[in-house]
Amino acid sequence: MDWGALHTILGGVNKHSTSIGKIWLTVLFIFRIMILVVAAERVWGDEQDDFVCNTLQPGCRNVCYDHFFPISHIRLWALQLIFVSTPALLVAMHVAYRRHEKKRQFRKGDQKCEYKDIEEIRRQRFRIEGSLWWTYTSSIFFRLIFEAVFMYAFYFMYDGFRMPRLMKCSAWPCPNTVDCFVSRPTEKTVFTIFMIAVSTICILLNVAELCYLLTKFFLRRSRKAGNSKQQPNHENKEETKQNEMNELISDSCQNTVIGFSS
Amino acid sequence: MSWGILRDLLSGVNKYSTGVGKIWVAVVFMLRLLVYVAAAENIWKYERDEFECNIKQPGCENVCFDHFFPVSHIRLWALQLIMVSTPSLLVIFHVAYRENREKHHNQKLYRNPGEIDGGLLCTYLISLILKTGFEIVFLVLFYKLYNGFKIPHLMKCDIRPCPSTVDCYISKATEKMIFLYFLVGTSCLCIILNLTEFSYLIFKYSLKCFLKRYTKEQQ
Repeated sequence: MDWGALHTILGGVNKHSTSIGKIWLTVLFIFRIMILVVAAERVWGDEQDDFVCNTLQPGCRNVCYDHFFPISHIRLWALQLIFVSTPALLVAMHVAYRRHEKKRQFRKGDQKCEYKDIEEIRRQRFRIEGSLWWTYTSSIFFRLIFEAVFMYAFYFMYDGFRMPRLMKCSAWPCPNTVDCFVSRPTEKTVFTIFMIAVSTICILLNVAELCYLLTKFFLRRSRKAGNSKQQPNHENKEETKQNEMNELISDSCQNTVIGFSS
Repeated sequence: MSWGILRDLLSGVNKYSTGVGKIWVAVVFMLRLLVYVAAAENIWKYERDEFECNIKQPGCENVCFDHFFPVSHIRLWALQLIMVSTPSLLVIFHVAYRENREKHHNQKLYRNPGEIDGGLLCTYLISLILKTGFEIVFLVLFYKLYNGFKIPHLMKCDIRPCPSTVDCYISKATEKMIFLYFLVGTSCLCIILNLTEFSYLIFKYSLKCFLKRYTKEQQ
């Protein structure tokens, strides 16, 4: 059980996301999770072993390390990635619930059910409207909150995003103020700034997706209000069909297949 | 899980590439990714532990290591592999967009959604330019950060808290240098392949346009 499990779960949500949502997912996997696993974990791997203090006093090094790094960067990032990915589960659960309802209708032999078999229900992609729209929008909102909270936590805990080379420590049992040296501070600073930059990009993508969904919602409402004022006739049905086609065209990236399997 | 994503991405890209593009994918996969995972990672694994300075002063080794290796070679190599593979996503997105349009219109809009023409040609050329750009950027970064592609056995360091100029020794310097040259060689090969593919596509489609216009004029 590792990051592969997250990959499997989120791959399923990918099918029902908007195009911006798919780009967000790609950025998450390639520029955050992959960088974390492949590079960042190695950089922080020896952080305690190579944290050196200019004293022979037993316990001083441990206490100083704990004082300067209450939670390691790498653990904070792992938590951030997990929290940020979790709201997508809301969408996955909603889709699973809808599928379950459709399967129940199909088994009852409901006339309204337009599916030929269970496999078609399993394969079907639901459009983001109605209650799914609310679930999807809430998940984006929670993602934004989690990203912002973690970025603030980083900034607050480590006084900015720079890793200093030398830290002065006077916690007990250190006999006086001792110099403590961090291992690989420059490399750590580079990766911290990289991860913060990618978090910012993800926040911007989420904001863009939220704006897109809100715009689509209001456009749809105004279109419905406009249509309900007109008299229902054959021409109107054609127009509605054409409007639906136009909507489909504007959502046409929604079956984008990203390189990795979903 | 880690490099599996890149492997899947490259296999996905392979479907929509030209012949030269397929050679590029093979070079990246076999000569860069595989070499990285199977060999290079292990050489740099204990670089910090095996870095030794001729001094007992606590903190001197840390500071000297950080000064000589601001970002480790192996991390730069990994970042380069990731950044160089990512522009291919543009092509995959565009092909998927085309297939989606055909599905929604329920008619054949393109002769073949994966064929490189029209808008997809532009996307493909942009991805080639980006790939080449990233390769060059990383090579220049390597060169600037490490004053060329040499790794010396001995480096002299006199940063606080080192009390004076101390000798610091790097482990496996020759082996690291060989792999660094290998990295530079494969990067240059990939740049050449990208430029070849770029020229080939420009030539092919210019010829196509010219012939089309010529036959039109004849008629």
